[in-house]
Amino acid sequence: MKALLLKGAPHLNSERTTAYIMWHVCWALLPAALWGIWSFGLSALSVLVVCVGAACLADFGFTSRFHRLGSLSDGSAVITGLLLGMTLPPSVPLWMAALGSLVAIGLGKHAFGGLGQNLFNPALVGRAFLQAAFPAAMTRWTPPFLSDRFQSFLAGSWTIPFARPQLDAISGATPLGLLKFDHMSSHISDLFLGQTAGCIGETASVLVLTGGAYLALRRMLDWRIPIAVMGSVFVISGVANQLNANYPDGLFMLGSGGLMVGAWFMATDMVTSPVTTGAIWLFGVLIGFLICAIRFWGGLPEGVMYAILIANATVPLLERFTQPKAFGGQP
Amino acid sequence: MTADTFSKGLWRENPVFVQVLGMCPVLAVTNTAINSMAMGLATLFVLVMSSTLVSLLRHLIPKQVRIASFILIIATFVTAVDYVIQAISVELHKALGAFISLIVVNCIILGRAEAFASKNGVLDAMKDALGMGLGFTFGLLCLGGVRELFGSGSLFGWHVLGPHFEPWVLMVLPPGGFFTLAGWLWLIELRKGRAT
Repeated sequence: MKALLLKGAPHLNSERTTAYIMWHVCWALLPAALWGIWSFGLSALSVLVVCVGAACLADFGFTSRFHRLGSLSDGSAVITGLLLGMTLPPSVPLWMAALGSLVAIGLGKHAFGGLGQNLFNPALVGRAFLQAAFPAAMTRWTPPFLSDRFQSFLAGSWTIPFARPQLDAISGATPLGLLKFDHMSSHISDLFLGQTAGCIGETASVLVLTGGAYLALRRMLDWRIPIAVMGSVFVISGVANQLNANYPDGLFMLGSGGLMVGAWFMATDMVTSPVTTGAIWLFGVLIGFLICAIRFWGGLPEGVMYAILIANATVPLLERFTQPKAFGGQP
Repeated sequence: MTADTFSKGLWRENPVFVQVLGMCPVLAVTNTAINSMAMGLATLFVLVMSSTLVSLLRHLIPKQVRIASFILIIATFVTAVDYVIQAISVELHKALGAFISLIVVNCIILGRAEAFASKNGVLDAMKDALGMGLGFTFGLLCLGGVRELFGSGSLFGWHVLGPHFEPWVLMVLPPGGFFTLAGWLWLIELRKGRAT
């Protein structure tokens, strides 16, 4: 007699596991990360390696300490580490990078209950911690394509843990910093093709865009979020630029800073973004508006990180406002 | 009263870590050990004096207006402390700012007056207030010490971590207070076996 197999719903399974999607996000991030290594050299490579390594170690430690579900093989810790590393300046001391990874995984992810439970994007929590704790080291920029970038490390990289980093002989400024503090604009083509100073993984906007578009086409991220972010930033800055030429135009806003990484890879984090269609659009537009508000009227030149963190906090509220009505339910 | 009238405030019913009362000064003025110490001692003084007076007057104060009367008593001693701190060090007075006046609304003080001093004898009320005040000071110092150590690399103004230490600016900012308090609460609950 054949055994009768009894199973609860759902009976249809997708091939797409968490690990499958996570590793695809990693591959999609790689072009931009490799460009960062190519333009900033050994220091950028070591920051990325340290961030990913520390994130994996921390995740392994917390997962076993708190008996959490999930493991390193699902790639979520690798993404957190990689995203954190890509949003750090190349000259950041490696001990700060490791501390940022520890905070990202510990405070950003496991304090909320582990994989799939976090309210805020873990990589951005780590970055916000570093930005608030070490503002000097986090705003020290290195010009790209230094001639000795593959022969020697930047002066700050190998600082003794907890010690003050040494200053680099050569320093640069990001296009947004130049615009805010020196009123100098940059060429749009330089912004998109990664010819400027900035965080390791954010300079080559075109490569980030390509990776994100690939994921969107494979339906591994919700295309509405980056479109809403980019669209609202483009429209708001376009209008502002028409009214007052001191404000940057839409293309500059899209290509500069961490906007592409934020819009395609951080705002779209499946855990921290909304699920209802209406909330998704609102979420994206809110991020776009906050980015413009911080960049135009804030004290800091860049605002993508805070914009996404604030928008993350509004997700439960947005979802509540946009609950679809059940069929036959009360209007 | 039981033997631990004094000692319960130090640890078992510590105002900061167990009762989690009076969080406003705990989070706001613990950015250095000195500030924590001053705030703790000022609260200790107000707590002991007001508890004593409330206990002395407990049969005279009508039940209906007791809260207003307690606040009046507390406010008197807070004003005294405010002037004393200003006389000792203007710098410290500036660092603590409005939080000295806000001792008036610190819920530990009113809580001890309402829950203990108004129902017990003078000696017991003094013992209780002294224990609670010292426990509060201890709690503030736990936060202030950690925050100053990481946030400025020093302890009571001495640069114990050397001149090359890179200060974690975050730790002297408000988020540092929340992180440090959460860390201490976690460690204490862990020790009691109530957290994982």
